Amino acid sequence: MTTKKGIIIGGIAIIVAAFAYLLYGGLDKNIVYFLTPHELLAKGTKAVDVPVRLGGQVKPGSVKWNDTTLALHFIVTDGTSEIAVDSKGAPPQMFRDGMGVVVEGRYGANGTFNCTSLMVKHSNEYRPPKPGESVQEMQKTLIKGASS
Amino acid sequence: MTTSAPPLAGTIVAPRASRWPIFGWFAFLFLIASQITAIVISPPDRDMGDLQKIMYVHVPAAWMTMLAPLTVLVFGLRYLWKRREQDDLLAAAAAEVATTFAGLTLALGMIWARPTWGVWWTWDARLTSMLVLFLILAGYLAVRALIDDPERRAQWSAVVGILGAINVPIVYMSVRWWRTIHQIQSSPSTVDPAYVIGLRLNAFAFLFVMIYFIRRRYEAALMERAAEHASRAAALGGGR
Repeated sequence: MTTKKGIIIGGIAIIVAAFAYLLYGGLDKNIVYFLTPHELLAKGTKAVDVPVRLGGQVKPGSVKWNDTTLALHFIVTDGTSEIAVDSKGAPPQMFRDGMGVVVEGRYGANGTFNCTSLMVKHSNEYRPPKPGESVQEMQKTLIKGASS
Repeated sequence: MTTSAPPLAGTIVAPRASRWPIFGWFAFLFLIASQITAIVISPPDRDMGDLQKIMYVHVPAAWMTMLAPLTVLVFGLRYLWKRREQDDLLAAAAAEVATTFAGLTLALGMIWARPTWGVWWTWDARLTSMLVLFLILAGYLAVRALIDDPERRAQWSAVVGILGAINVPIVYMSVRWWRTIHQIQSSPSTVDPAYVIGLRLNAFAFLFVMIYFIRRRYEAALMERAAEHASRAAALGGGR
């Protein structure tokens, strides 16, 4: 009975160790969900025209929106480097100046990032608007006619 | 081997009527009251407006998805240690509830992600590790359904329960270990008090509901096992 228990516990330990190795050892720090503009530019031509995710902040004042073509241009910055992004269609509700974004697409040889999917990253902060402020919804101001 | 007389046949007794249904009523009424309170007292968030209110269901569900697999772990280990069948059944009940809350967390997270992040799903470390946890828990239930011998079923499901519990700290730390679209943990210093109260209320509400669910599934499991033991005893006694 005691040896049987020992075998079972030993077996469990092996399975657990193998599983832990697969999960931690395999993943390690190799999996990078997105690159910062600085990291992407540092890769040089290796990063050109390959599917990649780029993450950073929307540079304040850089957002340009064309009402008729639905083309959206903005600059993603990490404080040291910045990359111009070409996107299409209305952005998610939280999109605005200074917000964290992750864009999926390809970095073109012309130096602009062609975005196929635009995601907005929220911080861990939840605050009501300050007195006199309203909920910041750039999307509604971008899309004229969508609201009133 | 599979037909050996169950060693604990006499100890499994179907539970008698208890006060748990009253606790269940309390849990669900508390949940409804907490939801209403949280939604009514909290102002819209400056970034996401009223979408912030999904926090009151997604975050408590996620917290329960941390607690329930730890319950599975504790009672799975206790079963391996003491071989009390009740521990196995309690672990199984917790696993069923853990699977439910994991699925709920994923579904509510997706509903929150679509309007805020802009996508239903993306393969970042938090979302992926949470999906892995959900799948391990589903695997736990599959293992139980596939193994007929109660003793082997209890041993193997305890092992799967351990694997699931290992994944819990990975899910929790994923947002700090890897770059993710999911934000890191909020704390009362990053969340306005207007939202903290509602979140705390609903955390307790979800906890009560989880305890109630686990208890009722445990009672059902006890009854099932008592019936199994009775029919086996009848078959053995009646055959000879």
